[in-house]
Amino acid sequence: MTVLKITKLTQYFSGLRALADFNIQLEEGELVGLIGPNGAGKTTVFNLVSGFYQPTEGVISFLGQPITGLKPHQVTAHGIARTFQNIRLWNEMTVLDNIMLAQHSSLDYGIRDLFFRTGRYQRREREIRDLAMELLEIFKLREVAEEKPKNLSYGLQRKVEIARALSSKPKLLLLDEPAAGLPSRDVVELIDLIRWIHREFKIAIWMIEHQMKVVMSLCSRITVIDFGVVIAEGTPEEIQHHPDVIKAYLGDDQL
Amino acid sequence: MKQKLSVPVALLALLMTVMVLAQYEVIDLYIQTIILFVGINIIISSSLNLVNGHMGEFSCGHAGFIAVGAYVSSVLSVALFTQDRVFGAPLLPPQYAFIGFPLVLLAGGIAAAFAGLLVALPSFKTRGDYLAIITIAANYIIITLIINIDKIGGARGFMGMKRVIFAMEDVAEIPWMILWVFLFTILSIIAIRRFVSSTYGKGIIAIQQDEVAAEIMSVNTNKMKLIAFMLSSGLAGIAGGLYAHVIGYVNPKSFDILKSTEALVMVYLGGMGSITGSILSAVLFTLLLELLRPLQIIKWVAIPLLLIILMQFRPEGIMGNRELSDIFPRLKKFYRFK
Repeated sequence: MTVLKITKLTQYFSGLRALADFNIQLEEGELVGLIGPNGAGKTTVFNLVSGFYQPTEGVISFLGQPITGLKPHQVTAHGIARTFQNIRLWNEMTVLDNIMLAQHSSLDYGIRDLFFRTGRYQRREREIRDLAMELLEIFKLREVAEEKPKNLSYGLQRKVEIARALSSKPKLLLLDEPAAGLPSRDVVELIDLIRWIHREFKIAIWMIEHQMKVVMSLCSRITVIDFGVVIAEGTPEEIQHHPDVIKAYLGDDQL
Repeated sequence: MKQKLSVPVALLALLMTVMVLAQYEVIDLYIQTIILFVGINIIISSSLNLVNGHMGEFSCGHAGFIAVGAYVSSVLSVALFTQDRVFGAPLLPPQYAFIGFPLVLLAGGIAAAFAGLLVALPSFKTRGDYLAIITIAANYIIITLIINIDKIGGARGFMGMKRVIFAMEDVAEIPWMILWVFLFTILSIIAIRRFVSSTYGKGIIAIQQDEVAAEIMSVNTNKMKLIAFMLSSGLAGIAGGLYAHVIGYVNPKSFDILKSTEALVMVYLGGMGSITGSILSAVLFTLLLELLRPLQIIKWVAIPLLLIILMQFRPEGIMGNRELSDIFPRLKKFYRFK
């Protein structure tokens, strides 16, 4: 079954073309990579998929339903969660609250339940907390549940952010450069973590990554973009030896 | 059990003590008024704190919403329960005033909540300094509207609310306003507390800390802003209604930017996003205002100066963003407030 289907996605920023005619199809349970040099438009693709930008042209459909033009929180409610290149956690809240809050779109109780602390409110709050605690448990973050994210190491913050994304019960997880800024020891751990999440949660993962080690060891398929245009698609091996990719990364000046 | 009951029992004891002291005139009217102002200011500061502290927007037109609540509830209660020069004979028997009064206050609160839309809707697209300017504009729009409605007294102000209190006292000779102010202060605090401690309400704290992350990680930010602004201005409206009935007279001038500034000073004095801070600062600020009363206009040199000193030496306010139970975790054994 097709999880995500993007057709002819184009984005202009006041006349400047950031993305042109981008197409991709993600199948259930796939782990796909998106790479490209700096400023190629990778994060733009993610921002379009998560509803943060409205595309100039093109259609994005998720599990057969069009999601183009939806607000970000509606996209999350449909089942797409993401992390950010520069970690964006709510730093003055506890880790537990961060993870609980990502279930905001599926709270399923109203303001009246909240003021009168009805049975429905208490049941839902308990369920939300239980799910968050479960996630903290499997991510081995239980000890830092009451800490504020800003006091955690960069690697732990990454983990919390991924846990937060998973707490909204997504069917597609978008990871925007999860290895950025991590020391190489943590990168190995991150690769294992992503592989484990992919297997355990049975979700599709689409990731942007600069570190070739990560992409090459995780992704079954890679798309390469440069200046907003897809220049290559294929398996890690094919991509590694693709002349256009080498040109995009290393330049085509004949030395 | 002790933990569960301690707060209600303490509050009830406090209410009873104050009411009995007032009833037998152990404390005079002046002291009673100060106590009432403390309650009203607690509602004002904690409701503004919801927007400025918890949600992190900068609203400086809170007095506008207080004015809407004050006028709507005053006009309603005067028209419904008293013989008035403008509104004529009472529409309902005056002996029902003591039942009708809380409903009238709520009506004022609801009207103020809708006035809050004036700020809430622009907040979808605007933030920071620009939204602050909009809130000041909203404050002036409301004041100017009131000045230009002659039927409610225009710039002269509106009076007659004392007669509503008398109507209540005809039924039972007790200090009614102490009861109402106390009740609505407690209800407001409970409402705010329950709101910001629920996962739903924490959506506004997420907006304060990272709005983009909030929007992308499932918080409907526009809806949350709407709710927070309406809740905040609605509670301000209730405070306004209480204020009008305590004084017995309202004047559009008393809801101008100076009143909004007072509310801001209380929020920043107490600490952004701290409910206990707001309560503490409302008490301190009200008492300080009274202590400085002999200084007359110099008061408005002393109080802003206090704000400057505060911002220099303790910019996070008395409590920061912590609650009492964060500072003294042991207190949790003795009380629970949810």
